[in-house]
Amino acid sequence: MARFIVRRTLSAVALLFAVSVLVFAIFEIIPAYNPARAIAGRNATATTVAQVSRKFGFDKPVYTQYLNTMKLIFTGQVIDYQDDLNVVDQFRERFGATLSLVVPAAILWLLTAVLLGSISALRVGRLIDRGLMALAILGVSVPVFLLAAVLLYLFAFKLTLFPNTGYVGITVSPIQWAYHLILPWFSIAVLSVGFYSRVLRSNLLDMVNQDFVRTARAKGLPARQVFLRHVLRNSMMPIITMFGLDFATLLGGAALVTEAVYNIPGVGQYEAQAIGNLDVPPILVGAMFTGFFVVLFGAISDVIYGMLDPRIRLS
Amino acid sequence: MADHLLDVENLQVSFATEDGLVRAVDEVSFTLDRGEVVAIVGESGSGKSVSAMTLMGLTRSPNSRFGGSARLNGRELITASEHDFESIRGKEIAMIFQDPISSLSPVHRIGDQIVEQIRAHEDISKPAAFDRAVELMERVGIPSAADRARAYPHEFSGGMRQRAMIAMALSLSPSVLIADEPTTALDVTIQAQILEEFKQLRASGESGVIFVTHDLGVVADIADRVLVMYAGRVVEQGTLDEIFYDPQHPYTWGLLGSITRMDREPPRRLPAIPGLPPSLINAPAGCHFRPRCPHEFAQCMEVPKLESHIAEAPEHADRCWLEVEEKRTRRLINGRIGLTEGTVIA
Repeated sequence: MARFIVRRTLSAVALLFAVSVLVFAIFEIIPAYNPARAIAGRNATATTVAQVSRKFGFDKPVYTQYLNTMKLIFTGQVIDYQDDLNVVDQFRERFGATLSLVVPAAILWLLTAVLLGSISALRVGRLIDRGLMALAILGVSVPVFLLAAVLLYLFAFKLTLFPNTGYVGITVSPIQWAYHLILPWFSIAVLSVGFYSRVLRSNLLDMVNQDFVRTARAKGLPARQVFLRHVLRNSMMPIITMFGLDFATLLGGAALVTEAVYNIPGVGQYEAQAIGNLDVPPILVGAMFTGFFVVLFGAISDVIYGMLDPRIRLS
Repeated sequence: MADHLLDVENLQVSFATEDGLVRAVDEVSFTLDRGEVVAIVGESGSGKSVSAMTLMGLTRSPNSRFGGSARLNGRELITASEHDFESIRGKEIAMIFQDPISSLSPVHRIGDQIVEQIRAHEDISKPAAFDRAVELMERVGIPSAADRARAYPHEFSGGMRQRAMIAMALSLSPSVLIADEPTTALDVTIQAQILEEFKQLRASGESGVIFVTHDLGVVADIADRVLVMYAGRVVEQGTLDEIFYDPQHPYTWGLLGSITRMDREPPRRLPAIPGLPPSLINAPAGCHFRPRCPHEFAQCMEVPKLESHIAEAPEHADRCWLEVEEKRTRRLINGRIGLTEGTVIA
């Protein structure tokens, strides 16, 4: 286990380094990108731009700029160019909203997908299976921005069942918190429910024909036990991998469309603004932030893998 | 008619497929008593495994059709409800499968897999069931069973896995044990050890064993009676000696002729049955073996009944139109039983 942690930590460091270099390099290569001009404003004179350039160190060699930026990031002093806000503080403040959005949505989609995938597999070929799988395709196909907007229009604007966007912290009022987040949770979950339930269904159908499932039936186990203990458990592997990755990227800000539509002040919304403004420090921090979660949840799903399947248990 | 432990009469199994109805098992009848080993022999696709699995209720599906009857201690299995079958499977009839690697759940401990079966049928605590699992594993010759019960299948060798399967199958002292090619996936030395377990089981007289195999060497070692199946039908059945020393059906001759024997000079040519088994969707009219049989004649277009042609051996039945004396002459090839001289191996 100790070796595993060390190895994963090293790979995390390597990944974060690679991500940061890559993001930095991209902005060096973009031809029209001139951060000094962007900061100085549209009507700034050449002298002002040069001053800004010197002040922010844009005149220094690339590697010096990179090292300076990294130093600022890791000392928590990095400032975005657009609003002069401390980037690390922004992420810290906004992460609560993103957690509130992503964690319940993840639980929702995982449980729903397992339930629907199982129903489909158990009733394969029947009407309910075809119906669910058609819905799943629909769920996968509908873009989040459209779904979120349609839900908002129907349930918040037309039927006024839910509030018209906005976010209330869980510490302020748990009920208002949930009330404001139901539509966003649903918007995020639909895509994954569709995708996961289809994957699970096909895994289950493969698993049903395995010899050890026949053995389980031959032992006289009740059908429910055969399904839960033998079929479902062995079918969960790919779901775990997908879940770790999806959950990580969403925490890193991939829920930006949902956050934007529902006006939830999460990290994704901040990253979306930064991308729009070509504001390098938040983009850089956002990319590293996501990379961190990807490595973390990759490691966690490997541990869960080992718990589910002793053959790949970490020595 | 005496009451048998298991009485299979005119069993028929067919599967509806997109290409048509597959008649996997047709008119199979036999009986089994405690302390007896009945071997079902045949090539892949002869219906031997399907017959065995049907007795376990494992061939049931929306596409399968059944006919005939199979009574276990007088209780009908073919029409038993799925719910009734759950209490029969594993308790009254247990099954051992061919491939012990894929037949055990990879993610559960061996001991727990046995516990699971015991607890499915008996109201017993987990630790008590686990102790029994360990005892069973000891009984089938798994060393340091208490430790091994906590191991996973991938930590077992093939032979040990099959022993674990046997321990599992025996866990509730079933009256019928079905072994579907239990030694096929094992190497020869392990095979001999596993067969030893079956012999002990037979000697104990607790259960009747149905032994499904294509290996006549194994059959000679273990069986009391033999059913030879071809293309879903029993072509010959009788006692071990009857089948090995006075085989009546040309297919049986072919099977016997294709065994290579250690105690004889190795053949220069490997005798084999020419051709391939027929499709069970469009099986040949009349005798199914007709297209591959060098002794075919006009009457073979009619399906021969499975009946005895030998007055002294009323239980020795076969499906062949040839006269008994003619069979006894024709089956001898160079002084030994066989179907053909065989083909030259390059």
